[in-house]
Order: sequence, then structure tokens, then C-alpha cells
Amino acid sequence: MIELQHIAKSFEVGGQPIYALRDTSEIIQSGDYVAIVGPSGSGKSTLLNVIGCLLRPSEGAYLFKGEDVSQLDDQALSQLRQHQIGFIFQSFHLVPRLTALGNVALPMVFAGIPSSERQLRAKEALESVGLSDRTNHRPNQLSVGQRQRVVIARAIIMQPSLLLADEPTGNLDTHSGQQIMELLESLNAKGLTMLVVTHDPNIARRANRIIVLADGQIVKRIKGEEFLSGSPPWS
Amino acid sequence: MLLDLMSLAWSALSGHRLRTTLSVIGVAVGIAAVVALTALGEGARQYVIQEFTSIGSNLLSVLPGKTETTGAMPGMGGVPNDLTLEDLLALRRQIPSAQYIVPVSMGTETVSHGERRRQVAVIGSTPAFLQARELRMAQGQFLPPSDVERGTPVVVLGHVTAQELFPGQQPLGQVVRIGEWRMRVIGVLAEIGTQLGIKMDEIVIVPVATGMKMFNRSSLFRILVKVRSPKDLDGACDQVIAILTERHDEEDVTCITQKAVISTFSSILQTLTLVLVAIGAISLTVAGIGVMNVMLVTVSERTEEIGLLRALGATRGNILGVFLVEAMMLAGLGGIVGLVVGLGGVHLLTWMYPAIPAAAPAWAIGAALGLAMILGGIFGVVPARRAAKLDPIMALQRR
Repeated sequence: MIELQHIAKSFEVGGQPIYALRDTSEIIQSGDYVAIVGPSGSGKSTLLNVIGCLLRPSEGAYLFKGEDVSQLDDQALSQLRQHQIGFIFQSFHLVPRLTALGNVALPMVFAGIPSSERQLRAKEALESVGLSDRTNHRPNQLSVGQRQRVVIARAIIMQPSLLLADEPTGNLDTHSGQQIMELLESLNAKGLTMLVVTHDPNIARRANRIIVLADGQIVKRIKGEEFLSGSPPWS
Repeated sequence: MLLDLMSLAWSALSGHRLRTTLSVIGVAVGIAAVVALTALGEGARQYVIQEFTSIGSNLLSVLPGKTETTGAMPGMGGVPNDLTLEDLLALRRQIPSAQYIVPVSMGTETVSHGERRRQVAVIGSTPAFLQARELRMAQGQFLPPSDVERGTPVVVLGHVTAQELFPGQQPLGQVVRIGEWRMRVIGVLAEIGTQLGIKMDEIVIVPVATGMKMFNRSSLFRILVKVRSPKDLDGACDQVIAILTERHDEEDVTCITQKAVISTFSSILQTLTLVLVAIGAISLTVAGIGVMNVMLVTVSERTEEIGLLRALGATRGNILGVFLVEAMMLAGLGGIVGLVVGLGGVHLLTWMYPAIPAAAPAWAIGAALGLAMILGGIFGVVPARRAAKLDPIMALQRR
């Protein structure tokens, strides 16, 4: 589904290009469950943002479902994010003044979906993450675990083919984190391709594959089951 | 989509009540100023037109002196011929199309009855003055029909003059002194009010020859010509000037139609209205800058939300729309409040000064609301563009 060909991403700092990602090639199949791990500053988030079409690669080609999206304009990239990609953020990024329902329905507003359908679909999505009794609560009236569930409901509301999660359990306690990962894995089991950036070896080892990044490059690829115990290879 | 944007904007605006209220007040003051000042200007215009039409719009005034020849006010510079009673008679003979042609002499004198005395304007004229100036009698009769050159010692009192000189008494048949003259009261005018700044209730009217003798004048103050229809005005003016030019051997009179006076005043007051609108526009500009300021703060506060919306698939155009709609709603709300306040102010004004028919013209009401929205649009563009230009990642990380 995703093919990265010699992708590099550089940022200008003081007139000098600083590479956050270099010569990265990877293929991710449909339905895959991949963990991206590595120390801070290794380029995990940059890789995730490139794959999420929030950043344009400086070099290389990025094929999404066979189409090179690295040269698409803003409009087309927005469309792609809207319909194909769901995002889960460590810090939730919920709109504080909107209810859980309003937050979940938000992506559908810009897709031009009529209000009645938005309400219905948002309710169903909240129900599917176990929050049917919290639809009219604002984010500050929800526990952190519930907030992350709202974020998941929002991420899947447009029925994307790719789900990107940046430290999805980073702000949660172990128990909530466990529940959130089970919820995400149930979505993967239904065929949703999933990429998870994490620091937590316990989260990483649940994935089918683990990509280890260091200094902006993929340094190791491990199968999930091969990574059972011992200290994480990136520490 | 627009409804959705409005609903998003509303949730944002209602989340910051104080800030929203202050911006709305800012715009409201501007719009209220425009509405009230426009109404005031328009009211003044209507007032003047009403004043002129109350004395008859089919009226033209002939006065001695020529504006064009001296370049100054009639009667100033050069020595124009008098406007005499013979001129009046000549006009009556030669302009049969005129409904009434009446002379007016004017002066100020003390009128007294017993111990009560009062300084009044004395108008000398003929019976047709009543119809020409559209006056009505309260009691008695108006000036008797007689030879214009014969001055009988009779007087018609204005409403207030009669009340002042004869409190609780019947004035008809009584004798009053006007200066050195003893005159018999034959009638009292009905209450009229003020016409063109002259308190018509405080005048006295005497036969024209009496008036001219009283003030020792040979020239009339003016001659009023009333025509049957406003379209006859210009023709009548030309005729008057032709006849008098022939009699005086030079063109030395000025003919003013009410129409010309009204249109002059009207254009002056229209300019005044525009000036008032310009003053309102200044306060609107200040309000607009207020809206822009609030929107810039909003964009800065909601950077993270902008990043989120972009990640969720909103285009730059969508983000532009979100903040433009919000700015326009903010200004539009101010427009509605301002309109209500402005119209309320106009209402209060007409209640306090019923004489001024101040009313916001319909175009001003529509324009006020449209103006508010345009204001929001113009001053919302900069913040909205700033929001739309934000890089999604930077915005999400609030960098």
C-alpha cells in the first residue's frame, strides 16, 4: 500500500540543511501493523508525518496505493488525508469547546457530509470505542483514556485505509494504555493498516514488524515475535 | 458548509464571551453612529423640504436686486430700482396664468393694547396673501378686498400676538396701536407654527399700502407669485423678469422658485449627511481594527486547532473560510446590535424633538448590515490568511 523510495527530509537551519530523514526506503503492505521505534531525534515523527502527507519529502518518491503523492498540491494532499489517513496523537488534540460527538464529527464537516449523517456516524463511532454514554461531554469532562478513545473514533470516522498513531499511550496509565492498544489492534484485525510510533518496548513488541530508526535512517527491521525480551535494541 | 462554518464560528465566539461582547460593542457603536447620523442628516433634509412645501411649492418670490450683475446678494452693490405697487399691478395684468400675485412689505414695530405691548413683525399685503401662503383664519376676516394703494387702518393678528395682547378677551373689533398708528382688529389667524424660521403666530398683517406708509418705504420687500402647477414655475419666472426688465429698463430683479431653494438646501443637506456618514465610517474603521485584533489573537490561540483541522483534511481554503466567517459573524452581530441601538436612538430623538422627522432611510439600514459584514470580511482577511498559511505540523506542535 505504501512504498517509500529513498525518501529524505531536510530542514533549513541557519542556511544549512539538517537531515531529519535520509535515504529511507520501505514497503508497507495493506493490513500491516508496524511499530516505529528509535531514540529521541531519530526521525520517527518525521517519518510518520511524511507518511501522513503532513510533510512533503525533500528527496525520493512516496507511492500511496501506487500513486506518487510527493508532488501533489495542498488541495490534493488535504483530500488524501481526509479520506485515506487517520491520525492519533499523543496529546489528543481535541477541540476543547466541542463535545465528544462534535470532535468526532469534525473531519466530516470539511468532507461536505450532511449534518444528520455526521451525527449518526459520529454516534456509531463513539459507540464502537465504548463511549456511547459520553457523546455530549466536553474533553475536560472525560478521563485521559476516554479522550484517547474519542481521538480513535475521530481517526476512523472517515473509514481511512491507514491509521497513524504517534505515541498513542504516551499520556495514559498502563491499564488505559493496554485498553487503547487492544482497541487499535481490533481495528487492525479488521484490515486497517496501522503504523505506531512508540518509545515503549511493550507496545512495540505487539506489532507484526518493528522498524528501528537512528539518525534519520532505518537501522534494523525486526519481526514482532523475535522481539520478546531483553533491553530494546535502540536504547 | 457555510452553516457548518457558522456553527463552528459560533462555538468559538460564545467560548470567549467578554472578548466577543467587546468587539461586538465596538462594531455596534460604529454602525449605530452611521444609522443615527444618516437619519439625522436625512431628517434635517426632510425638515427643510417640509418647511418649504408648507408655504406652498408653487410659489415664486420676486425680490429687488440682481444676483448675477453684482455677484453678491440681491440688493447689495449697485442701486436697483424699487419694486413698486405699479410693478405688482403690471404683473397682475400681464400674467393671467398666475393664481395669485401678492405684494409683501415688511418691518418691525411695537404693537400695544392698553398696558400690554409686544415687538412684532408687521407684514403688509393683500387679501390673496391668505391663499398664497396657505394660512387659515381662527376668527374674523382677513384683509378686506380694496384698492392696493389705499391703506385702511385694519389689522389681522397672529395667534400668539392675539393671545398676548388680549388674554381672555375677544380681540375682534378692538383697537391696537402699531407704532403711531391706531388700527382695528378684524381677524385672528389660526395657529400655524414656524415657517422658514419665522414665527408666523407672532406676526401682524396690515394692508400693503398701510405697511409701506408705516415704515415709510416706496419699495416692496418682495412680490409673491403663486402658479397653478409646479411646472409653470420656470415659465412664470421668465415672464416676471421680462415684464419688470421692460418696466425698469434693466434686469434688476431676482426671481426665486421654491423648487430651486429646496434643491439647493437639499443638496447642502445631502452633503451634510455624507459628512456625517464619513464620521460614522471613521468609527467603523476603528471597530474593524478591533475585529482584526481579536481575530489575530484568536488565530494565535487556536494554532493547535488549525494544525488539527489541516491534519484532518481541511484545505487552506477551508481554514480561510473558518476565520473569515467568524470575523464576519462578529462584525455582523455588531451590525445587528448597532442597528437596533441606532434606530432606538433615532426614535428617542424624534420623541424628544418631534419637529425633526429623523428617520433612517431604508438604504441606510440595509447598508449598515452590509457594511458590517464587509467590514468583517476586510478586517478578517489578514488574520484568516495568517491562519491558512500555517504549516500543519508547526501548528500542531504550536511552534
